Amino acid sequence: MKSGTLKNITSKRLFLPLFCLALVLLVNVITTPDFFAISVRDGVLYGYMIDIINRASELVILAIGMTLVVSASAGTDISVGAIMAVSAAVCCSVLTGGERAATELVAPLFAGFGAAILVGIIIGCFNGFLVARLNIQPMVATLIMFTAGRGIAQLITDGQITYVRVDSYKLLGSSFPGFPVPTPFIVAVFMVAITALILKRTALGMYIQSVGINRRASRLIGIKSVFIIFLTYAYCGLCSGMAGLIASSRIYSADANNIGLNMELDAILAVAIGGNSLGGGKFSLAGSVIGAYTIQALTTTLYAMHVSSDQVPVYKAVVVVIIVALQSPGFARWKKSLAKKKGSMQLEGKEAA
Amino acid sequence: MKQRKKMNQNTFLLLITIVLFFLMYGIGCALFKDAGFAKTQNFLNLFVSNAGLIVIASGMTVVMITGGIDISVGSFVALACMMLAWMMERKGIDAVPAVLIVLATGIAFGFVQGFLVAYMDIQPFIVTLAGMFFGRGMTAIISKDMISITNETFMAWAKAKIYLPFGGYVNKKGVLIQPYIYPTVVIALLLVLAVFIMLKYTKFGRSLYATGGNEQSAMMLGLNVRKVKLKAYVLNGFLCGVGGILFCLNTLGGFVEQAKGFEMDAIASSVIGGTLLTGGVGNVFGTLFGVLIKATIEAFITFQGTLSSWWTRITIAALLCFFIVLQSILAMIKKGGKQD
Repeated sequence: MKSGTLKNITSKRLFLPLFCLALVLLVNVITTPDFFAISVRDGVLYGYMIDIINRASELVILAIGMTLVVSASAGTDISVGAIMAVSAAVCCSVLTGGERAATELVAPLFAGFGAAILVGIIIGCFNGFLVARLNIQPMVATLIMFTAGRGIAQLITDGQITYVRVDSYKLLGSSFPGFPVPTPFIVAVFMVAITALILKRTALGMYIQSVGINRRASRLIGIKSVFIIFLTYAYCGLCSGMAGLIASSRIYSADANNIGLNMELDAILAVAIGGNSLGGGKFSLAGSVIGAYTIQALTTTLYAMHVSSDQVPVYKAVVVVIIVALQSPGFARWKKSLAKKKGSMQLEGKEAA
Repeated sequence: MKQRKKMNQNTFLLLITIVLFFLMYGIGCALFKDAGFAKTQNFLNLFVSNAGLIVIASGMTVVMITGGIDISVGSFVALACMMLAWMMERKGIDAVPAVLIVLATGIAFGFVQGFLVAYMDIQPFIVTLAGMFFGRGMTAIISKDMISITNETFMAWAKAKIYLPFGGYVNKKGVLIQPYIYPTVVIALLLVLAVFIMLKYTKFGRSLYATGGNEQSAMMLGLNVRKVKLKAYVLNGFLCGVGGILFCLNTLGGFVEQAKGFEMDAIASSVIGGTLLTGGVGNVFGTLFGVLIKATIEAFITFQGTLSSWWTRITIAALLCFFIVLQSILAMIKKGGKQD
């Protein structure tokens, strides 16, 4: 009976992400007792938890787009980090009017933001066209942008870091004066809410899942599979552009080499930890969002343990392999054969008795 | 008739590649004639500076023939270089054991990835993406600073010039200058030949094509598909080890950011050389030409002088894009324009 309830709990969709998050937080509480302490400094909320929630915003936004892409096309978009770099470069170049540093805005703020998001969508459409219309494996198609993206960003910024030293530009990455909640968090919540609303209120969410489960069958019942897949990549591009804007606003500059670096692994990891199968089909947006916060908590923990930023990927790579291996058909087969062996052993035992 | 058509399908991409290479080289010779683009040495330099890539791209071709892919090669090259540099400079290990350890690491790396792909049924891209971050991160863990190699044996290997008996010319001072290559080129070309023979004439080679062509059929024919895939990744790991060492002989140092985007070069070379991403079709000689095309683009940009090195990346990406699109269009025509 007891094992029955345990099984019931562990088989819930959100069990894995919540379990991972709890595990990471537990480790933190043990190592840093004041982990959950939240205080107000200079009118802004301050504390470990706030830091994690704030820093995870880009990842949450990326994870939304990535979840849809994974669900519809059974592949991942590995160009998200590069798209972030390009959109940041475009935004800063528009705002400075092509100069390498500016203390005054040349173009209105929304023009820069709009251009950045537009560029994200365009690159997303390019990926989507390759994947959906030309039937190219998603990762190979996005590998093109993964490599070329940073090159394009470098060309836009002439290989230098472009600074926008304007207070209004910094708002997106910090917080509004007099308002204690960090802006990136608000943007992330907004993006999650909008996406969830679109998926729930329209049939789009169901279409995406059905295309992911069986593309052929979906087409036969009248869903435009090609268009749905295209749409998810375009949306992923939009999310990446948005994340790029926030990342750029945080450092009020466009650094083509470092904005969004290694973010693609984080985003994939968030989706995988969220309990979503990387093989496509059913997805849980909430799982991915919790997954994203888990990853950020893990990253912050690793930094707190004095692991440098270029060493962090090692640990994340190990985590991603373990999680994906646990989800894999190979592991399921092994578990099955183990259970069978156990069953037959019990049978033999009974016969012997 | 049908046989002939099939032949054309498979050799069409290869043919485009070879023509493209000679065309590009011809254009280069015409454009930069005064700068010495047409010299024999310049042609040989295409091989000298890309010996490592030739070997790694061959390994990539083997993996891609089985329908897989490996995007961890760039990080592994960085890891190999860093390991060599660290072992020889910081630990005082001789060059020969250091090289052997790197080769063993390559095989182990390939084995783990191959196991996860073949026996755990995880998508190759996910496994090797994790491998890519693992490799780069391990490089940073070994050392965050750049280590230059000064080991005498290793330097002797790197500097051993092999002069060719032909193609020499007399310079302004009246001295005969012979074109030369390094032993790395010889090793690379021998390995390409070995992989070519292995693919074409051995049972293992044919089982690779069978696995990539149609896994289900291969399994029904009695092939141990999992084992074939695992072996392909192990072979790729070994070739990555060799490629890393050859790369290191060229750069003589290890640092974290080394060989970034190398996986792209290797994949692009294979694809440009006519290897299908869907598996089952591929040829290492095509891959060799793929590498040469990439090398020619680099030479273009070096000779041109004012373009940023980022253009190499972008051009390669554009070329890769072009060839992938071509492949998928060919595949669509083959299927009769149907789409699902």
